[in-house]
Amino acid sequence: MNQGNKKVSWLIGGIVLLVLPLVLQYFGNAWVRIADLALLYVMLALGLNIVVGYAGLLDLGYVAFYAVGAYMFALLASPQLSENFAWFSAHFPNGLHLSLWMVIPLALVLAAGTGVLLGIPVLKLRGDYLAIVTLGFGEIIRIFMNNLDHPVNVTNGPKGIGEIDSVKIFGLNLGKRQEIFGYDISSVTLYYYLFLALVLITILVCYRLQDSRIGRGWMAIREDEIAAKAMGINTRNMKLLAFGMGASFGGVSGAMFAAFQGFVSPESFSLMESVMIVAMVVLGGIGHIPGVILGAVLLSALPEVLRYVAGPLQDLTGGRLDASILRQLLIALAMIVIMLLRPRGLWPSPEHGKNFPQKV
Amino acid sequence: MDILLQQIINGLVLGSMYALIALGYTMVYGIIQLINFAHGEVLMIGAITSWSCIGMMQEAMPGAPGWLVLLIATIIACIVAAALNFTIEKIAYRPLRNSPRLAPLITAIGMSILLQTVAMIIWKPNYKPYPTLLSSDPYHLGNAVITPTQIMILVTTVVALAAMVYLVNYTKLGRAMRATAENPKVAALMGVKPDMVISATFIIGAILAAIAGIMYASNYGTAQHAMGFLPGLKAFTAAVFGGIGNLAGAVVGGVLLGLIEAIGAGYIGPLTGGLLGSNYVDIFAFIVLIIVLTLRPSGLLGERVADRA
Repeated sequence: MNQGNKKVSWLIGGIVLLVLPLVLQYFGNAWVRIADLALLYVMLALGLNIVVGYAGLLDLGYVAFYAVGAYMFALLASPQLSENFAWFSAHFPNGLHLSLWMVIPLALVLAAGTGVLLGIPVLKLRGDYLAIVTLGFGEIIRIFMNNLDHPVNVTNGPKGIGEIDSVKIFGLNLGKRQEIFGYDISSVTLYYYLFLALVLITILVCYRLQDSRIGRGWMAIREDEIAAKAMGINTRNMKLLAFGMGASFGGVSGAMFAAFQGFVSPESFSLMESVMIVAMVVLGGIGHIPGVILGAVLLSALPEVLRYVAGPLQDLTGGRLDASILRQLLIALAMIVIMLLRPRGLWPSPEHGKNFPQKV
Repeated sequence: MDILLQQIINGLVLGSMYALIALGYTMVYGIIQLINFAHGEVLMIGAITSWSCIGMMQEAMPGAPGWLVLLIATIIACIVAAALNFTIEKIAYRPLRNSPRLAPLITAIGMSILLQTVAMIIWKPNYKPYPTLLSSDPYHLGNAVITPTQIMILVTTVVALAAMVYLVNYTKLGRAMRATAENPKVAALMGVKPDMVISATFIIGAILAAIAGIMYASNYGTAQHAMGFLPGLKAFTAAVFGGIGNLAGAVVGGVLLGLIEAIGAGYIGPLTGGLLGSNYVDIFAFIVLIIVLTLRPSGLLGERVADRA
């Protein structure tokens, strides 16, 4: 493809992405919601791709960072803290109403800090040992979220935290529908543009990282840790950096998720969620940004779309196969079939020999 | 003191179930370095199949003694689970043997979701009351009690473990398994057929899982399509805890994990002054795991083969 063609296709892609929610809106806000969630998953998958795809550290507890971001925002932007802590309600009688410019850096720093903290004890571990320990961390965080409602009520336990503020930028409340030039734009569409902007920044950061010294260092560690060390790469710091950077994306999308839903509960952060994010990365094409995006969109949006298609099938089978079961069945089959047909992912990175280490 | 004795009994029962499941994990891992995520679902299928069998038998021959019904149901469940695991390996793992390491992991996760869904369609999602087939009069040990079901679990585990030790150390198949785990290519040169050994490993693992599943269901009195997930996760933790790929490690890890959980559940309330309740019990497994692996990155009994993974 020559330079001119490339520009044209970028332009078309951009226009499609910008117009998409406006078109989807005609069919109902549910469809825009699907697109919003898909964008959040793209962000999560790209974050995990830094840890798994670039640095080769298999993390099965990635959802913990998503949870950290979501709960951070939920606690700061809902009545939860003022209802339960006298100190908080005395200092902030109207509650905290942070702007986007505060929420994103806070979520980023907090999640990155958690990522580094998690990274310190597991630095020596590799492969499957690392996978199971990260899985354990994810579960520990979820169990705490589920049980921290007594003796002191912090997370409201399994009931979750509701009444979370929506995001505000420049005095614009994304939770309310807006009228621009007489055109009605719903709240989900406004969120779509916010998420799209965040995803674009994420993609940019990922590309820059991939070509930077840091990215090269990660890939060197992924290919051969001992050799990387011998070449003077500080493997400890690089691994911690990978955990921290990957986690920071998770934290931001978590905070966005909380604002978007207006409600968080431990149920959204189960192990299955982590596993699905890993599946997105691997299914799409591990370490390859377009592939990861494809995987995330497929696995997050497709099942939702199937929910709508499943109705007729349900009638056909006399109600035995309901929409959610059918959806699960199809996800499972897709995971198996895609991997069997394309073990390196749907859209693998073109460079050979740079993939995840094979077993000896 | 009485609580301690009771919790030790509960812990041993729980731990022996973990040990049986962990053995299946560890054998598969030892040979093909795959975290078989669908192992917990094989356990679930074993348990629910036995539940169906028991129901049918109780209708067909109402007077049959409980132990006979349980034995027949166990045999049938083992056969079903073995056939299932054999098929799973053939269609979902074998074609990916030379692919990037994460590919079979994803098909394993897919299989796990698929089996749960299929079980949900066949058996409906409700909890099924699992009948108590052995007498429910407990025996007294001081102030602690132990039920016949628990005794059955302990005895079965010991027998199964003895059989495994014999199989792995003293039979031709066991030697072939160890050789394949060490180096499949060299083993093949020595006349071992790695594909057959791997199939055999999956079949044995499935039988152990099905037995564990039936124990799990009898111990807790229910069976359901999602029941395999938590024991599967715990057993995998136990396998890693003991040093994955190491058979003795799986048993030690499983029993220790069971004991830690049971004793932890009994004492966490009083120890923390009521701050943390027994609902935190699932945390112990992971905290212990993290501490052990931080100190010994290859598990309690694992060899130092850090580069393997």
